[in-house]
Amino acid sequence: MSDVMIEARNLTKSYGSVFAIKDVNFEVRRGEVLGFLGPNGAGKTTTMKILTCFISPTSGSARVNGCDVFEDSLGVRSALGYLPEHTPLYTDMMVVEYLEFIAAMRGFQGKEAKRRVKNAVDATTLGDVIGKEIRALSKGYRQRVGLAQALIHEPPILILDEPLSGLDPNQAAEIRDLIRHLGREKTVILSTHDLGEIQRTCDRVLIINEGTIVADDAPEALQRNQSARVEAIIAVTGSRGGDKASVTSAASTAFSKLEGVKHLKSFERGDELVFDIEAAESEDLRPKIFRAAVEHDLLLVGLRITSRDLGAVFKDLTVGSSSSASREKSGKRAQEVNLANDKTSRESEETSEEGGQ
Amino acid sequence: MRNTLTIAKRELLGYFNGPVAYIVICIVLLLLGYFFWQSFFLMGRASVRDLFQLLTMFLILAAPALSMGLLAEERRTGTLELLITMPVKDWEVVLGKYLGVMGLYSTLLLLTLPYPISVSTLGTLDWGPVLGGYLGIFLHGGALLALGLMASSFTNNQLIALFVAAFLGFVFWICGQILPFLPSWAARTAQWLSLDFHLRNMARGVIDTRDLFYFFTIIGISLAIAFRSLESRRWRG
Repeated sequence: MSDVMIEARNLTKSYGSVFAIKDVNFEVRRGEVLGFLGPNGAGKTTTMKILTCFISPTSGSARVNGCDVFEDSLGVRSALGYLPEHTPLYTDMMVVEYLEFIAAMRGFQGKEAKRRVKNAVDATTLGDVIGKEIRALSKGYRQRVGLAQALIHEPPILILDEPLSGLDPNQAAEIRDLIRHLGREKTVILSTHDLGEIQRTCDRVLIINEGTIVADDAPEALQRNQSARVEAIIAVTGSRGGDKASVTSAASTAFSKLEGVKHLKSFERGDELVFDIEAAESEDLRPKIFRAAVEHDLLLVGLRITSRDLGAVFKDLTVGSSSSASREKSGKRAQEVNLANDKTSRESEETSEEGGQ
Repeated sequence: MRNTLTIAKRELLGYFNGPVAYIVICIVLLLLGYFFWQSFFLMGRASVRDLFQLLTMFLILAAPALSMGLLAEERRTGTLELLITMPVKDWEVVLGKYLGVMGLYSTLLLLTLPYPISVSTLGTLDWGPVLGGYLGIFLHGGALLALGLMASSFTNNQLIALFVAAFLGFVFWICGQILPFLPSWAARTAQWLSLDFHLRNMARGVIDTRDLFYFFTIIGISLAIAFRSLESRRWRG
């Protein structure tokens, strides 16, 4: 068997002239935990509904566990455990009744069904509430019932649509641990708009915006790659000139002239000047900065990469609409170096970036 | 087929976990008791034909009330998505739902058995028409419930399903009531369409394949439309 568990090829779903998703391509390998990240309405749920055979794509194809979603949808559905958004459950049933019903639907009977239910209950630590009606359960417990339901047939693939939304931090942590644990053996796709969740649970993240994939990488790599940032610290005493004003202007000119620098921001910290330098591409600017500092006789006392948090990456990729998305993909941002010398305009731009949305 | 029965069983148990089934059954039995015995002693005849006539009227509203939630409520709460993303065929879902509500309807009919039994203690009851009538009313209700399931498959709103189904049931019922006002060619069609007409034949104790064919046609077409409407989500386009 191949290692590719899920494969989507040019998936497109349109409603009339409106595209829910457009030309979506991706693969998920065995044992991978993949996070779908995107604003509401970006197409995460649509993609999942196609993979679970709830709806059909307008064009394109998808294979799950080697079965085509259109040709062999029963094969696909047997290989999947699915937790739809908002965790729909038959709330009038008791937990154990419900899970027995699911086991029966999955084709298990008698002792085997009981064993499966017990395993799922143990895996999701539902033991205390199996005799309760589902409507009496808290959101966290319901979420676990939803997961237990998806696990009954021990599927190789789990598709979870917003499994952590609406949970309090403790409940979310429990479910997250559970997903992490399941992800050791299973292939998991989960969707979310919570960045922390992605960072803590996923091996890989796929950012979807307006129906297209704008990024596909490990969360750490995304953070690193997207316009790397460097913080350089210059000591005023010991640098040429020796007074703050001249050192600041000398360093600003020196650094901003460097190739590949996009943004430059400086501020004072005691007797030191801190430069926050953003690269246009995922380039590591440290060697250049070091050389420039030496060349201009600036006393460099600190130099480190400050990765941007995923939130900023996400915003970069999804807020600027499709034009910025395609720009990101082709990585041609270097051409748009923006080095306005006017400090105020730079700062207002920074604030809008940080505080926006 | 096993999936069908699993769904039917859950559906039937689900009715008894909620209030709708109890309310509908109680109201039908109360009304039936009042109207049946009131005229029974006036007529002074050992027959339960009136029982079936009364049921046909009550069922116009009662059947849609039982069937309205079948697919609409599952659509609204999203459980339908979970159900049909399991390895189950769409027709198994439709048939399972239908068998579930038919199970409940059978329970309702069983609860009316005390009527013919008590009538038989009051006089000599001819059981032939009674059995024919029960078969007829079973199919009659079956047709209304199939129409109700169809209505329920179009929407995620139970009230809409209720009104559509009740309207359809009313149309089939009124067909049998307006015969005198229709020209003869239309009257024959209307009579054939009327649920009542076919039921009356059977309540006389005559089991005619044409009547059976009529009921099975309505049930078959309704379930097929429900199936298509469930399946339509997966149409490409």
